[in-house]
Parts: sequence; structure tokens; C-alpha cells
Amino acid sequence: METAPAARRRMTVSWESVPRLARGVKLRLDETRGRWVLLVPERVMAPDDIAVELLQLCDGGKSVTAMVDLLAAKYTAPPERIGADIIEMLQDLADSGFLIDGSKQP
Amino acid sequence: MSPTADLNSSLLPHADPLDGVAVLEGPSGSVAARYGIPLAVLLELTHRCPLQCPYCSNPIEMERASNELSTDEWKRVLDELAEIGVLQVHFSGGEPTARKDIVELVRHASELDLYTNLITSAVLLTRNKLEALADAGLAHIQISFQGSEAGLADRVGGFRNGHAKKLEVARWARELDLPLTVNAVMHRQNLDQLESIIAMAVDMDADRIEIANVQYYGWALKNRAALMPTLDQLERATDIVERARVRLKGILDIDFVIPDYYADRPKKCMGGWGRQFFNITPSGKVLPCHAAETITDLDFLSVRSNHSIAWIWHNSEAFNRYRGTGWMPEPCQSCAFKEIDFGGCRCQAFALTGRADNTDPACALSPLHQSLFNMARDEAENGNKRFIYRNFSGGTLEAEPSENA
Repeated sequence: METAPAARRRMTVSWESVPRLARGVKLRLDETRGRWVLLVPERVMAPDDIAVELLQLCDGGKSVTAMVDLLAAKYTAPPERIGADIIEMLQDLADSGFLIDGSKQP
Repeated sequence: MSPTADLNSSLLPHADPLDGVAVLEGPSGSVAARYGIPLAVLLELTHRCPLQCPYCSNPIEMERASNELSTDEWKRVLDELAEIGVLQVHFSGGEPTARKDIVELVRHASELDLYTNLITSAVLLTRNKLEALADAGLAHIQISFQGSEAGLADRVGGFRNGHAKKLEVARWARELDLPLTVNAVMHRQNLDQLESIIAMAVDMDADRIEIANVQYYGWALKNRAALMPTLDQLERATDIVERARVRLKGILDIDFVIPDYYADRPKKCMGGWGRQFFNITPSGKVLPCHAAETITDLDFLSVRSNHSIAWIWHNSEAFNRYRGTGWMPEPCQSCAFKEIDFGGCRCQAFALTGRADNTDPACALSPLHQSLFNMARDEAENGNKRFIYRNFSGGTLEAEPSENA
């Protein structure tokens, strides 16, 4: 009874992962309060600016490598320098249940 | 450092105003306007329900179908909620799927970009209906379970074959990729199944489980002697939850609501009266808490009145009566915790002391605290096991058990 079924496991973020928002997780602009919010079952979360930028890239079509390249170009930073930080932040978001690996979805 | 903050906590600047004494004693209009519109709202579409759970959160005096808001009225409510900045709506009841327009209302809410949650007993759902709800944009489904096996679960719900039906609907939810929360209301007669209820939630691949000990208002207060857990049961339950949280990290999120009769500090009920929550009843009354109508000297305005929902939230007497801390008598007024728990629960204070502004007897500073604790312990040891089932005729006492449950 301690083993969960395999249908839904949190991902371990690597350069090859293709993150996307988990089911039941929605990112939207809260116009009333002028900020982005992450809507999840029974809670409303406020991602910070960097998290919003990352979450917007988690569309299930980009690998982490591609995301890092995009951000490296945008902020003219070397990918190898920001890559580790980005993976760590994505892992945080995945551990909170907000992201799944889109490359493993049917 | 977490990249996200939980907005339902007090981190929300606009929902966390300066609500000291001096401020709230000003004219209610301008001061109350500091209280931002809640992010999430509970919509009780109907009080009709095929289940008869003895701890139902609906009032004893339930609303008849003829008084329920129409489809168009609910749609206007949804329009208004989206307009004023509500982000999430919880469709609840009674049983929300007893409304024939549930799919239409979910679709309307989704089209307004509202995050929609269905809080259901599941027993009226068909595969087609659930698929239609998913297609209409339902974001999350929360299914109640009364136990881990049919014998006890169907007895608590007063509905034959309900448990098996719920398991079937949970499977459909998985097939349709709907996020699923198991809602388990716990009390003396099912707490010993907690471990297996958690295992059941894992087996059905639920995302979350809410383990909520009964709170004693309305029907649950009527049934308190049959429901009150023993202190020993609670300690074991807390231990089970703590171990499960470690074991199931990343697999199943666990929310745990402990009962307050045995606690020393009262709960921060509703996050504080009129601070971050309201619900709308089947007939359209806007309430600071789903039990608020048990406080019989308050008048609650309806969406059918000529006031907007935002006006009712900001300006109505019922919402402002217990906002902030200015209304508090002693011992709350000079208490260091008054901005932490806001004096506990107003409905409980009213039910147990006759005055809603008294200190919640769950608080150790209440003169009634010790007698409440003793009463809970005595009821847990000696209380009758028979339920008074919830229904529209004021409740029906369970038949004498033919076998030991």
C-alpha cells in the first residue's frame, strides 16, 4: 500500500525534460490585482517574476535545454551559468506538483 | 526560498489590511473597502442531496428547490464574481450535480476564466455526465468518502451502494485526467479507518486528500455524541498523518483539519470573519461562512437584493459585525493572539455560549473551555452510536443496529 500507481509521478528535471503544467494547474493574469497567479486545487499561488517567466515557457513543447537557451539569449548570460539555477527552480516547481514531464505524456 | 507564495495565507497585501481597533471603528464603508474581494468563493447550488451524512455542513433548516437561484441567476452571479476579481469557484451543495444545469454552469464559469472545482458525493454522476463536465472546463473534482469500506461508508452516508459508486466515479475521473481530491470527513466512528482511507486515496491515484475532522455546527452539533472522537483516536490520527506525509511526499498531498474541542487555541475560523471568504447559499444569500446563519441575530443579504455582491462584502452589517478586532470583548481584546486567531469561531461561540462575540470555548482562555473538554471526553467515551440522518424533515434517527458496526 506504500507504492503508488505509475500514472502520475513527479519528474526529475534534466536538460532533456519537457516540462508542462500539471493537470489542474493554471497560470493566468489576475487583472484585478495586476499580477500573475498560479491556480491549483484549493489554492491560489503568487509566483515571483522569474517563476512566471519559467512557467510561461513550460508549454510541453520545449526542452529545458531550449528554455535555457532562450533565457540566455534574452538576458545575454552564458547558458552554462544560468542552467543549473533554472533546473533547480524547475525542480522546486515540479516538487510542488505544478509541473510534469510533457515528453512522457501520451 | 520558494518561487511561489500561497495567497490564501495572510501574505496577500490587499486582504491583510490594518484592522486594528481604531481603524474599524471608523465609518464602515471606507474602512471595509480595505478588505479585498476573496480569491475563491463557495457556491452552494442546492441543499438537495441523496446522501444523509449526520455531519452535513448545511443548515438544519434547508432551502427547498423552489427557492434556489435559477440558471440565469447563477450565471449572473458568476459574471459578477469574475468581474470583481474572484479567481476560483467551488461548486458545492448539497449535491451540486442534483442541479440539472451543472454542466452549463461549469461551462459558463470556465468561459469567464474562473477555476472551477466540483465538490461532490459523486453518486449521481454517470460517465457521460462526468465527461461533459470535463469538456465544459472543470479543473478539479473533489469526491467525498465516508469510510474505506462499503459497510461503514454506506451507513454513514445513509445511501446504499454509495461507496462502490464513488470508487467507480473516481476511476472515471482518472480516465478523463481530472485532478482528484478525496474528501474524508473523520469522526469517532470512522477514525480507525484513517490508515486504509489514505491507502485507498493512493490506490485510486488521487492528487490530494483532505482529512477533515468534523466541526460541530448544525447537523454535526445535533450528532455530536455519536461523532466526537476520543483523545486517543486523535493522537493516533495525527501520528498516522505525519507518517503518511513523509512516506507519500510527491505522491499524495495531505490536508489535515484537526478538531478544536481538544485544542488549547481556537482555529482561525474562515481566516477571520469577512477577511478572505464568502459563500453563496442556494437562495442567493451571501454569507461570511457556510454556518453563519446559525447566528440567528444577523441578517444576511441576497444576490436577489438590489445590492451588488461587492457591496454586500464591503458594506453589509453582517460582514462588518465581526471584522477585525474592534468588536472583541475581553479576554480576546487584550489577547496577544487576537490578530492570529481572531478569537476563533463566531458560530461556535454562539452555539455554545449564546453570544457570537464571546471567546470561542475552544480557546483555553474561555471560562467554558474546561467544561467543553470534559464534555467532549465524556461523549467520546459514552456517547450513543446512532446517527440522526440529515434530511428535509429535521432529521431521522438511525434504526437500532442489527449487527455491530
